[in-house]
Amino acid sequence: MLVADPGTAAAWRSFRHEFAEAGPERRREMLRQRANESRTTDLHMIGRAGLGHVGGDMSVLDILTTLFLSVLRVDPEKPEWADRDRFVLSKGHTAGALYTTLAATGFFPAAELDTFAGPLSPLNGHPNRVKVPGVETNTGPLGHGLPVSVGMAVAARLSASSRHVYVVLGDGELQEGSNWEAAMTAGHRRLSNLTAVVDRNRLQQGARTEETNTLDPLDDKFRAFGWDVLEVDGHDHLALHEAFTAPRGERPTCVIANTVKGRGVSFMEDRVEWHHKVPSAEQIVAAEAELAR
Amino acid sequence: MSAPVAPANETFDCRVAFAEELSALAREDERIVAVCNDSVGSSNLVQFQKEFPDRLINVGIAEQDMVGVGAGLALSGYIPFVCGASPFLTGRALEQIKADVAYSQSPVVLCGMSPGMAYGELGPTHHSIEDLSWLRAIAGLDVIVPADPAETRSAVRWAANAARPAFLRVGRFKVPAVTGDRPFTFGAATTLRDGSDVTVVAAGTMVSRALEAAEEAAEQGVSVRVLNMSTIAPLDEDAIRRAMTETRGIVTAEEATTTGGLGAAVAAVVVTERAPVPMRLLGIHREFAPTGATAFLLEHFGLTAGDIRQAAIGLARADA
Ligand SMILES: Cc1ncc(C[n+]2csc(CCOP(=O)(O)OP(=O)(O)O)c2C)c(N)n1
Ligand SMILES: [Mg+2]
Repeated sequence: MLVADPGTAAAWRSFRHEFAEAGPERRREMLRQRANESRTTDLHMIGRAGLGHVGGDMSVLDILTTLFLSVLRVDPEKPEWADRDRFVLSKGHTAGALYTTLAATGFFPAAELDTFAGPLSPLNGHPNRVKVPGVETNTGPLGHGLPVSVGMAVAARLSASSRHVYVVLGDGELQEGSNWEAAMTAGHRRLSNLTAVVDRNRLQQGARTEETNTLDPLDDKFRAFGWDVLEVDGHDHLALHEAFTAPRGERPTCVIANTVKGRGVSFMEDRVEWHHKVPSAEQIVAAEAELAR
Repeated sequence: MSAPVAPANETFDCRVAFAEELSALAREDERIVAVCNDSVGSSNLVQFQKEFPDRLINVGIAEQDMVGVGAGLALSGYIPFVCGASPFLTGRALEQIKADVAYSQSPVVLCGMSPGMAYGELGPTHHSIEDLSWLRAIAGLDVIVPADPAETRSAVRWAANAARPAFLRVGRFKVPAVTGDRPFTFGAATTLRDGSDVTVVAAGTMVSRALEAAEEAAEQGVSVRVLNMSTIAPLDEDAIRRAMTETRGIVTAEEATTTGGLGAAVAAVVVTERAPVPMRLLGIHREFAPTGATAFLLEHFGLTAGDIRQAAIGLARADA
């Protein structure tokens, strides 16, 4: 099991303090910058490993950065703290985005990222809670995160804890029926301590979601299952922060985050082939220049 | 001019042969359809989709639906090849495979793509090493593991004609051509090399390694028979019984858990005979793989030619 990096954890704490004090424009800039740093780190990590899911990583990094750097009540130095908020990355193929975010939070030293997908690395191609602190459950097969999150939300209720459960789902992933069984359970039980975030980039592995198996109207589907639905720009950090922290009603909340797969790297944006293509060294340089802007 | 011969060390991704044969069959028979789970690319169905757009049913990321839809098509006179990454096809849709395909005897061809540890670094969620144990436990389902492109081709053709519930492992980890001109024969092991001391019963990616092991063992004076057991269920029990009387021990080698796969199947025959022979079961022993590429993991779990050779020589000498 990896252990926390105290220096990064301390820096993360002061970031959270500064964020809490800052005005909206400053907040937006703080998160934007950190998300793009994570994008760059992730691109290098994927380039080094020769594998990864770059499109979905770029797509989800504003969501993950907003959660870990401004929303989640977690402590990287006490990953087992019982009342921590729970975070589940159901779209486990974007483990790279999760690892860079966990490293930026201080759950483990950033140097560990160099081992991503290497022989015997704790940082497997899909996240493993047995080896990586901050990972709450193992994902990789799509359609598992929401049912597990429902269980975590029920447990929080049973133990009268105020902890909140956040789960990020791919949109293609929503074609798995298990999500809808869990959505029904969450709606039925009025799990207001559960927030499901859909990374709505409209692409799956091989094609557009709507050409493969239509998901729209997604908001109506969740409402029909007993959820409150918020729809936001998934790259607008302030809108995401607002949606993640707004007072909850009596139902679970679904945040449909409209995103762009490959976001931030012009030649990857909204292109299906970048689902798991690996960028060349030159492409990484070009991407880095765009992200430094 | 003689036909070009592939260099002996050339290796192949069996998905290519699979896809070519499936398209060829589809041209001959309009009942052939393909069903997949957002896996047009990873199942090598791009060409099939181009040629037969209406006969490719991509249900999206929904394996239970995929197998159920396959069964519905089969029960309506079509011959569906249901293609998805093997871990999700078998793990996620196991009950559909049992109830809708095997128990209902709907002639669906389940094609487990990239099985074993072909997805190396993507980890245990993406490895399909339990499939042989799970599926062998289901009545009325054939379990087939071709060893190379040629055998993959003939197994696909057999499955299309046989019209019976079948599971086919379609390999992605590159393997050399080993079966030569011996086509897939349902339910029968093929002897790829004869030997008199020990028999190695291998399947899939392990077959070429077993042949290599036999070659090396011969140099050390141990004569190893190599059986390509491409039908795991129903098992060729006669071939096992012959190995028991004609050689003195049996090594099984599979890129799968030994809990219920090829090794367990062979052992069940061996221990119920009057004079069992000693065995070694090579495979993965109820363990999740650590992170690593396929070749690394095969080494990690003792599935190299050297490991097979050692096991075979060990058996030969122990008994000498
Ligand atoms: C059960 C299951 N089936 C298939 C896959 C293979 N797979 C990995 S990622 C992916 C596409 C996911 O698309 P989406 O959920 O939209 O994620 P994103 O666009 O954010 O990458 C597929 C089909 C899988 N991981 N699990
Ligand atoms: Mg998507």
